[in-house]
This record gives sequence, structure tokens and C-alpha cells, in this order.
Amino acid sequence: MTDLMVNLFSYSFITRAMIVGTLVALCAALLGVSLVLKRYSMIGDGLSHVGFGALSIAMAMNAAPLAVATPVVVLAAFLLLRISGSSQIKGDAAIGLIASSSLAIGVIVTSLTSGMNTDVYGYLFGSILAMNQEDVVLSVTLSVVVLFLFVIFYNQIFAVTFDEAFAKATGVKAELYNMLLAFLTAITIVVGMRIMGAMLISSLVVFPALTSMRFFRSFKGVVIGAAVVSVLCFFLGMCGSMLFSTPAGATVVVVNLLAFLLFALAGRLRSGIL
Amino acid sequence: MALISCKEVTMGYEHQLAVDHVSFDIEVGDYVAIVGENGSGKSTLLKGLLGLMPPRSGTISYGDGLKRNMIGYLPQQTVVQRDFPASVYEVVLSGCLNRRGLKPFYTAAERKIAMANLERLSIGDLRKKSYRGLSGGQQQRVLLARALCATERLLLLDEPVTGLDPVVTAEMYGLIRHLNQEGITILMVSHDINCAVHNASKILHMDTQVLFYGPSAEYRKSELCHRFLGGESCD
Repeated sequence: MTDLMVNLFSYSFITRAMIVGTLVALCAALLGVSLVLKRYSMIGDGLSHVGFGALSIAMAMNAAPLAVATPVVVLAAFLLLRISGSSQIKGDAAIGLIASSSLAIGVIVTSLTSGMNTDVYGYLFGSILAMNQEDVVLSVTLSVVVLFLFVIFYNQIFAVTFDEAFAKATGVKAELYNMLLAFLTAITIVVGMRIMGAMLISSLVVFPALTSMRFFRSFKGVVIGAAVVSVLCFFLGMCGSMLFSTPAGATVVVVNLLAFLLFALAGRLRSGIL
Repeated sequence: MALISCKEVTMGYEHQLAVDHVSFDIEVGDYVAIVGENGSGKSTLLKGLLGLMPPRSGTISYGDGLKRNMIGYLPQQTVVQRDFPASVYEVVLSGCLNRRGLKPFYTAAERKIAMANLERLSIGDLRKKSYRGLSGGQQQRVLLARALCATERLLLLDEPVTGLDPVVTAEMYGLIRHLNQEGITILMVSHDINCAVHNASKILHMDTQVLFYGPSAEYRKSELCHRFLGGESCD
């Protein structure tokens, strides 16, 4: 095992993927608890599709991928939140529309320019080679911003997650915190999708929260549990991917699935005994 | 001066008028029940009083130094909440949030308020329990404790006894009456008119417009009350 570790970290691209991936896993898990409980988990999926479209266009224009994708996905997040809040098209249907349209535009743009190549495969299913030095700096900065804002506004996020009507009625600006949540989610998705892939990144949002909820019963417990589970699963998934030469993103998802089953069992045992 | 004063308030949805030129005053210490059939506009009026929905015309004003962030609210439970992983203490403490604006983290003083309100509703020993594991009556107490953290002046209750069994319902009404006697003004929306007239001191009966507003003793003698209860006596 130690040999494996030493081997792993002797490659600088793996170290970079590990650093960024761990931070993304942490952010996604924290936000995921609130998103899952608010029934917003599909937003993560929708945003990653938008991210794919934005990345394809950035590549066609030879622009920096993160610099193009971040504002586009943040905009899409606000749009999705608005739509699910007010209009006649209901939230889940709106996400379906926006997600498939972005994916379609992305595919058309790539096939017209570079053609479907390994880059596109990497965007869809993730690649640990994706991160260069610059990307790492930007990703780490964004992740730290997400973590900082989440901790500062933890209590407000709890309040609007548990009961938006009460929060609004007692003078808490619920819309503001919903937007904050959407904003942070958008950033996390953009940063994470290059390693995990557009198709798989939403699992980092949904899985740890659901896993942790099987076992823990307080909000703080669920949040901390999700963070730990997420980071651990990401790490094990990366090791597994090296060991068995499987795709990194997919392996992380499978490890998350195993953790979920384990926790579901543990939760059953706990409520059976207690 | 009145605590809440509504003047000619009109509210509605796209093509529909829900509240039509409603005017009334609520005085400090009142225990008012808003009654009416389904679709009579009582929930819409409550939204207006809470500032969740702006009136189309007319004014809703708070008096006697009452501000938006000094109101306690007991909403109807949502599906999301019934299955929400949170401890009782976390839920109750979140009622203190409106005191602090943008400042992060709760202070010791706020934690004390949360504890005091848990004890006040005799659910102190449930503090560490998970909210989703509680009975319906216990959950209502937790939400009431949270509302009390948000206010010392005015509680707005939206159908506080829906889905509770008779024994727990009676306890809940006892609790609300007790809080009113401690000086908190209560405004309750209810379709359980029988209990409303026996508990509240004033009745606001509405059907888009105000049909009756006055002391419940007077309401009990009125033709309107008899008709609403389908011939049953209100006494």
C-alpha cells in the first residue's frame, strides 16, 4: 500500500488531481446535503451538462476552459433557481430542457470543429490529466471560497433548507441564500467536472449526502459525515483507479455506491438496536 | 395603538381575488382566530401579514414598535420537514436567526434563549433527539419553541392542530392559551371553528371579505356562527 502511494504521488498530474479532487469532493458534499434536502439535487446534474456545453465552446474558441465555463454555469444556476421558483415550467422539467440543450449544443460545436476526440471523452467521463498548474491554482482558490462562504453562512443555509417559509416570515433573506447556494454549487460543478466528468460529477453532490443521512440524525452530523465520506471515497476511488487501471471518475462513483450500501446497512442496524 | 392594523387590504392571485377590502386592528394581548371555509382567503391574508406576499392595495402596518423580525410564525409542516435530519436543538436554535442579520454563528445568549424555550414547552429532554423521529405533537412543540425564539410579542399560527389526535390537540390549545396569558399576542388561522371559538378571545370570520370581527362570546350568539356550524350550537 505505501509503495502504491509513493508511486502515485511521484506523478505530478496525480498530485494535482488529488488536491483539486479532494477539495471538490469536500465542497460538493457540504452543499449536497442542503441540495438533496431541498429537492434540488437535479440542479447539479443540469449544471454539469451546461458546463459540458461551455467547455466545448471554450475549446472551439481556444479559450481557457475554466474562465469561460464558470460564468456560464453560474448564470445557468441562477436561471434554474428562478425557473423552479416561479414560472409555469416546473423545476425538474426546466432542468431537463436546459441540460439536454446544452449537451446538444456542445456536441454540435465539437463535431464541427475538432471532431469527437479524446478531449470530448475526457469532458464527458473525466480525466485526471485535465489539470495543469494554472487550473490547480484557480480550482484551489474557488474551492476555498466555497468552503469559507459555506462555514460563514452555515446557520442561514440550515434555516432556508429546513423551512424557507419560516425563514422568510421572520425576516431572513431566503432568496439571497438560495442564490448563494446555487452560486457555490455552480462553482463546485465547474471545478469538479473536468476530473469527474460532466456525466458523473453530480454523484459527488448526491451520494455523500444520501449516504450520511442513512446513519446520522442531526444536521451537523449529516454535514460532517458527508464531508468525511466524500473525501474518503474520492481518495479510495483514485487509488482503485490506479490499481485496476479503471477510469478515475467512474471508480469514485462506484466507491460512493459501496459506501452508500454500507451506511444503509449500518443505519438499519442502528435503528434496529436503538 | 394597535399591534397590527390592516386597512382596506386587497390581495389575490392572477385572476382571482382572495382577500377583498379587509380592515381590522389587532391589539396587544389579543388572541384572534381567523376562521372561514376553504378558499375563503385566510391563508392568503396570513401571507400578507407575514410579508410573504404583498397586498394589491391597502396597507398592513405594524404598531407599538413591532418590526418584521420580531414576529414568530408556526407554519404548516411540509413534506420535506417530516423526514429532515436535524436535532431538536438545531431546529429551535434556528429561530434565533432573525436577531442576528448577516453575522455568522450563534452567541451564548442565543443558545440560552433556545434552551429556555425548550424548557418552557417542556421538551428540554428531547433536545438531542432527531426531529424526524418525533410524534406529530412533539414536532409541533418543537416548531412552536422555534417560533418563540423569534419573538416575545406576536405569534402567527397556521392551522396549529392539523393532523394531531384529540388529546394532543387539547394540550396544544392549552399551551397556546398559556402563552397568550404570558402576554404574547396570538393570531391563529384555523378551520376547527368549534375549538377556535372556545379558545380565542376574538374571531375574524372571513369569506374573501370580513363577515364578522369581534369578541368570540358575541360571535357565538350570532346567526353566522350557527349557520357555519350547520345548525349546531356554538355554546
